[in-house]
Amino acid sequence: MEPVPGIRHAAILRSSHAHARIISVDTSKAEALPGVYGVVTGADIADAINPIPSAVRVPIKFYPIAVDKVRYVGEPVAVIAAADRYIAEDAMELIEVEYESFPPVADPVAALQPGAALLHDDVGSNEVHHRTFRYGDPDAAFAKADKIVKLEWRYPRYSSTPMETYGIVANFERQPDRYTIWSNFQGPFILHALMTGALGVPGNRLRLITAPHSGGSFGIKQAMFPYMVLLAACSKLLGCPLKWIEDRLEHLIGASAAADRADRVEAAFSNDGELLGLKFDNIVNVGAYVRAPEPASVYRMHSASNGCYRVKDIFVENRLVVTNMTPIGLNRGYGGPQFYYALERVMEAGAKELGIDPAEIRRRNFIQPDEFPYEAPAGSIYDSGDYEAGLDQALELAAYDELKAARENARAAGKLFGIGMAAGIEPSGSNMAYVTLAQTPEERAKAGGRSGGLGSATVSIDPSGSVTVKTVSTPAGQGHQTVAAQVVADALGLRPDQIDVITEVDTLTSAWSLASGNYANRFSSVVVGAIADSAEKVAKKIKLIAAENLEVAPEDIELVGGEARVVGVPEKALPIRRVAAQTHWHPAGLPEGMDPGMFETTIMSPPMLEAPDQQDRVASAVTFGYVFDLAAVEIDRATGKIEIVKYVSVHDVGNVLNELVVEGQIYGGFAHGLGGALMEEFVYDAGANPQAGTFADYLCITAPEVPKVVIGHFNTPSPHNTLGAKGMGDGSSMLAPTAIANAAADALGTFDIVLPLTLNKTWSMANGLEYERAGAARAKTGERPQEAGAVQGGLTGKGSVELSAPPADVWNLLLDPDTLAAVIPGCEALEQVGDDSFTAEVVIGVAGIKGVYSAEIDLRNKIEPKSVRLVGKAAGALGFGAGEGRVTLEPLGDGRTRLSYSYRANVGGKVAAVGQRMLGTVTKILIGQFFRGFERRLKSSGDGGDQGPGFFRRLFGGGKP
Amino acid sequence: MKPVAFEYCRPDTVDEALELLKEFGGDASIISGGLSLGAMLNMRLVRPKAVIDINGLEDLANITVGDATVSTGALVRQAAAMQYPALMADVPLLALALPNVGHYQTRSRGTLGGSVAHADPSAEIPLALVTLSGAVTLQSPRGKRDMPAREFFLGLLTTDRHADEVITGLTWPRRRDRTGYAFEEIAQRHGDFAITAVAAEATIGSDGNISDLSLGLGGVEDRPFVAATGAFVGKPGTVATAEDIANTIAETVDPMIDLQANADYRRQLVRVLGARVLMAAFTDATRQREAA
Repeated sequence: MEPVPGIRHAAILRSSHAHARIISVDTSKAEALPGVYGVVTGADIADAINPIPSAVRVPIKFYPIAVDKVRYVGEPVAVIAAADRYIAEDAMELIEVEYESFPPVADPVAALQPGAALLHDDVGSNEVHHRTFRYGDPDAAFAKADKIVKLEWRYPRYSSTPMETYGIVANFERQPDRYTIWSNFQGPFILHALMTGALGVPGNRLRLITAPHSGGSFGIKQAMFPYMVLLAACSKLLGCPLKWIEDRLEHLIGASAAADRADRVEAAFSNDGELLGLKFDNIVNVGAYVRAPEPASVYRMHSASNGCYRVKDIFVENRLVVTNMTPIGLNRGYGGPQFYYALERVMEAGAKELGIDPAEIRRRNFIQPDEFPYEAPAGSIYDSGDYEAGLDQALELAAYDELKAARENARAAGKLFGIGMAAGIEPSGSNMAYVTLAQTPEERAKAGGRSGGLGSATVSIDPSGSVTVKTVSTPAGQGHQTVAAQVVADALGLRPDQIDVITEVDTLTSAWSLASGNYANRFSSVVVGAIADSAEKVAKKIKLIAAENLEVAPEDIELVGGEARVVGVPEKALPIRRVAAQTHWHPAGLPEGMDPGMFETTIMSPPMLEAPDQQDRVASAVTFGYVFDLAAVEIDRATGKIEIVKYVSVHDVGNVLNELVVEGQIYGGFAHGLGGALMEEFVYDAGANPQAGTFADYLCITAPEVPKVVIGHFNTPSPHNTLGAKGMGDGSSMLAPTAIANAAADALGTFDIVLPLTLNKTWSMANGLEYERAGAARAKTGERPQEAGAVQGGLTGKGSVELSAPPADVWNLLLDPDTLAAVIPGCEALEQVGDDSFTAEVVIGVAGIKGVYSAEIDLRNKIEPKSVRLVGKAAGALGFGAGEGRVTLEPLGDGRTRLSYSYRANVGGKVAAVGQRMLGTVTKILIGQFFRGFERRLKSSGDGGDQGPGFFRRLFGGGKP
Repeated sequence: MKPVAFEYCRPDTVDEALELLKEFGGDASIISGGLSLGAMLNMRLVRPKAVIDINGLEDLANITVGDATVSTGALVRQAAAMQYPALMADVPLLALALPNVGHYQTRSRGTLGGSVAHADPSAEIPLALVTLSGAVTLQSPRGKRDMPAREFFLGLLTTDRHADEVITGLTWPRRRDRTGYAFEEIAQRHGDFAITAVAAEATIGSDGNISDLSLGLGGVEDRPFVAATGAFVGKPGTVATAEDIANTIAETVDPMIDLQANADYRRQLVRVLGARVLMAAFTDATRQREAA
């Protein structure tokens, strides 16, 4: 896309360190490269703009680029502008950044430890937000409970990885000074205010123009706004328009993701299954910064914390923690998957403990049809619903009794078969005010009122009589054009193909507001209502004009088949085109008092979307859909494969506007939920190094993995918009992880389920084995801030070799620098720099993937000639690592020695992010080579060992013949 | 994600390609389908001075059926191989393996020779070639040589190809009498690098006992290899034998670890898939014997 001439192409140098101080950035070599237009560093940006404002009042300066410190791998460090992207990336390699490493924080629970490294010194803690909420009397509810059920778990970090990545063209022009940004940003446009705040300009001096199709978003394209600020500032500093297309590697480490969490829930039940009270304890890992609109992810479901149930007494504690990971943001279901993983698993666990069928326990607690509109304890006003009817439909579609019989048969045959379910409401059309729950009532009072969720649309007819609809909705493939055309065509008696729908946003010309954009299922809950109202205004005007021309009352006119005609007298009719055109061509001939022209705009803010009250109650959304999912799974004990035997999903979306669009959304939401349940995870090691930097390691769900879903509808029209439609689209992305986890829990006989249920993990669980994911850092589930120890994890291995010399000889040779230099694979130089300290230059390469690494090795805890601990680190162009190993020597009696070793290492940089699956193997090859060389040295015969020297020369020396 | 500048060369003949390889003294990468090399170039994991595109060497796209073997030129696309009935009928193991290679779209571009040259430890085509005891044909200014596949793969992404050589073709032994073939793999998603892949060729004698056996493992260690199953020749082709072999071999392997799987799980898959694949091969062999 080249909307302006003279565009330069930007590439972003990103930190390969998780946590480090930037000592210096030398851009001179990069700037000297022909074709390079300029380089901008964090220091330049900090001089040029303000920090981006946050929703949380903590002393964190959030710039779109690292200024003095890097806080996550992937954080921008410098921006290069060049004639093309190739040159820009060449220049990127020439920038020299000197870092001073700090201990990384790779886990939200460990981050809360007293001794944990601090990400933001001015905050004084890694806890950046902490609030508690009490609705009703939860303590009394728990005191009278017959049964209290507790669960705690880790929820993984994953994303919805849209097909197209971020794309931005930014241009700064003079007279008047104005930034223009073309992008596939999805909104919400409240972020426009944050961007102008950072750039220090009034709203009309930042013009945002979005594309008609954003290439998929799922919330992820909310989080591109810091990059928009960054590119805008660079355009001004460098004096040229800049284009930046995020590549997939950048996207997977540096864009955004849904929050990973360390949560706990308690539910109080009576013996007959009545849910009396709930206590939620949420620890949200927001990543390195509290990027707006966080902490909204933990507040989106907050005012509906009762789910579908009548429970009144609820306690919620929310803590937000910063760690050295990529900041989180909107992602399909925003906070919903994590919330239902608490509520709907504890309902299922409660059912199991009380001996009540999981469908039945839900039925007993559902809000009843005659209770709507229903005011939830935390303030949501549920518009309509019949949850029990939806459940009944799901059980019927699932043939629940037959399914239970199948489970008994399977179990009798020794198989692992489970049924799980989940019920949830789906809030749509957000109240911008729910974000302010992050503030106390006092803070809110001071800050001034916030409320509402404006939606707008314009329907116009031009002088030729053609109809155009303009919305501010930035669609990502959800069929906004289709549905808008259909709604307007219905109102005006035209065919959908006669209606043009314009969805591009231009903040200088569109009727936009803070809530504009494409998120929170707001199209069918809010935007369509505005479209329908505008169309209705146009229809009314046409009828008035036609009525006067045809000399009948306006009520007698109907709009059908492109004509305004008198009801019952079809031959008495006027073409709608001609009637509409009259408002342009002949205003004087219009009915008395009618405005000329045909532009009808509706701006609506649903009236129930008020500011939070003193008790922190707020109506967080306009419509409340309903989803009931039921999953039956069979787990293959031999391979860990989870087969989805049946999946039923029943939805209340209000009136269905377009069946095909709704079905597509249901499948898409399910697929995202299934991905989170089974395979998708951004894995970080204990050094906070991302290990899933490509689609080879971040396993995005694909079509062959998605089973058939039996879809049912049980629709209760919403009273909150003209068409009775509710928002939808998140749907099963929120419930599928839980329904599948519940089914797996039923099959495996434990609620201690941590997603994703990968093949290896499920196999380990099915066979009662410990499971540690290679490369993954995780404090164990159940560790709370006061208990958690150091985070472990990374690349591990162990082994032993038998050597043909006694331990004393082995010991001496092992600590001899000359020997080490000779046998360390690829060692070019080795120097002893202290009694027990060495430095080395090592060339490691496989198949042309070759790098020079500088290593430092310390020997500790030496017990001659028995054991020694090695602590070391290495760094090179392709990556770096830190680790430690232990070597023990054991005499074998015949003058031989068994040398045993074990190691644990964390590897970062490009080689870890994109080559994770090769690391273990390369490590093994290197160790193997080391000991073969060592044995040769011991024998001092130089006979070459069991592999020809040519092999290793080729493997590690570079592959020349 | 843009490569370092390189010289792009597109020779029309093998000799021209060899000339170019010589000119760049080993600092050149050969590209055919580009499915692995393209990504490695873009990520700047490899930075050759030149990329030699052999897609113009039309002679390397031929398939030739001989008496005992089928020869496939290095440039034969995976999809083309699947659409060549004689190849699929004569080399059943390749026919069983190919649907597991990547995706429909990638197979239209990916070549048999490219997969062998890249030598991913999990790749199906090298595994089939090793299991069948096929050969790799290489050409250099020094002439042509046929390298047994079992000696060609040296380790992770590493082969015996010398820097001045082009892989020109693969040789696949044709199906043998009384012999059965089977292939199975497990991956988290269809088309992924297999966590473990198992291939088998088993011959069952008229007495119902195994007379010849080859059990290939992929994704387990740093290269595809054939397990040592010699001790089981002469045993009956039964489920019990299949399980016995798989369990025995599983104890001997030294599996790699990565995000998707640890060593125990890979060992377990050797047991499970090994037993299944062996039994499927025994059954196929028995069927062939009875049909004959």
